Amino acid sequence: MNSTQWRRRVFKPVVWVACLAPLAYLIYSLYLDLGANPVETVTNTTGIWTLRFVVTTLAISPLRWLTGLNQLINYRRLIGLFAFFYGFLHFFTYFFLDHQFDFAAMWEDVRLRPYITAGFTGFVLMIPLALTSTKGWIRRLGGKNWNRLHMLIYVTACAAVLHYYWKVSIKLPPTNPMIYAGIVAALLGFRVWRYFARRTASEV
Amino acid sequence: MLIKKAADIRESEVTPKELFLRRREFIAAAGMTAFAVGSALAQNPNAQKIPNLKKGPFNTDEKVNSYKDVTTYNNFYEFGTDKADPAQYAHSLRPRPWSVVVEGQCGKPGTYHIEDILKWVPLEERIYRLRCVEAWSMVVPWAGYPMSEFLKKFEPTSRAKYVEFKTLVDPRQMPGQTEPALRWPYTEGLRMDEANHPLTLLGLGLYGEVLPNQNGAPLRLVVPWKYGFKSIKSIVRVRFVEDEPLNTWKQQQSQEYGFYANVNPQVDHPRWSQGSERRLGEFFRRKTLMFNGYADQVASLYTGMDLRKYY
Repeated sequence: MNSTQWRRRVFKPVVWVACLAPLAYLIYSLYLDLGANPVETVTNTTGIWTLRFVVTTLAISPLRWLTGLNQLINYRRLIGLFAFFYGFLHFFTYFFLDHQFDFAAMWEDVRLRPYITAGFTGFVLMIPLALTSTKGWIRRLGGKNWNRLHMLIYVTACAAVLHYYWKVSIKLPPTNPMIYAGIVAALLGFRVWRYFARRTASEV
Repeated sequence: MLIKKAADIRESEVTPKELFLRRREFIAAAGMTAFAVGSALAQNPNAQKIPNLKKGPFNTDEKVNSYKDVTTYNNFYEFGTDKADPAQYAHSLRPRPWSVVVEGQCGKPGTYHIEDILKWVPLEERIYRLRCVEAWSMVVPWAGYPMSEFLKKFEPTSRAKYVEFKTLVDPRQMPGQTEPALRWPYTEGLRMDEANHPLTLLGLGLYGEVLPNQNGAPLRLVVPWKYGFKSIKSIVRVRFVEDEPLNTWKQQQSQEYGFYANVNPQVDHPRWSQGSERRLGEFFRRKTLMFNGYADQVASLYTGMDLRKYY
């Protein structure tokens, strides 16, 4: 098999299975035992996995620069779409089970409650990214504009961390949100550092 | 001119006479069903049954949550901050021997043992709604007796305006206390008139059995019209005081949690709405009721108070 065949027949299916595993596990564990508050379980699980997939997409470029494994880029779009998929499940659970599709009630939440404002912003900003993820849209926008548009994922990552932090900080110390904040800060910081390092290098 | 006016009560809403005459039987039967449900759903074969548990007042006829829900979904940070932690780790708590130190503005301070406390007053079943500040709720068949009967034993003086309760501190029994999740000991308090209100219960059991560790064994407070965090668990200290005690969650985040913590759908928590709640076992949210549905009993305690200020 050549590298394209490896990618199509082995790596892509492996990534698909890995990305669907959290959902499969959630369904399986609810099937075994619903628990006292299954809605909360679904909300929390889909939420944390959205954040994990967002972080994974952000990690791909730094990993590529550090390891030279350029083919990693081939999986970024898929992982990004899964971030949107889990984000959608998370949002849908909230909109359907907390608000029964009552748009006004949801909007009040978005306006008044900072952690929902943050979570909602993060989710909405992923929509244009998911819509423009096709080859056709990359062509239509042009690589440069497309890349610029997809920098919105940085905002989504920050919004997602804030959303998590504000929701959980009832429990002090909010260890887990701080860990994710650290990871996102490192991944974004790495980009800033690289940007300035390269600019300095090109000036010399 | 003829103005048509709808009858106040439609024919279909009128209870047939023969049913009306049997209403007491019906109410008694409903009560017995609720009682039987409360007692029969208990599932812990090792738990000690409470003998001669009598039926108490104020019982709701709403569907009681399962024993499993009530004993595996708990906020009891002394055993960890996850809802499942208390059920998993509370076995290390030793609810016997247990004593309660009573002090402050009262005629009979001292150390009282749980065996005696259990015998002072006959235990009764109280089926109450419990509403957590995190916007979930359940219906719990408690066993216990009125807090007023308990406090009376210590003869509080006229200078006792508030009563303060403290939870055990012992990281070997309560592994969550090895971490500074909250400032230990967990402290709560009530105004004396709140503590003596007939709804306020000294909780000693659940489902007709002695209190499981994760629910606050061997004795706890149950105040059904306040958010759950007011109902302090595993009490070791009772103090009668003149000034308002500083309760743990108010100490932790005073913008979010106050001393009164009355269930109030009109006063939102800064981070989420208190207008609705998810009853465990239900799919959709339901509206939250003023004072958790106990307004008829307790609203008069707060006449003239600005409940936005005293949240």
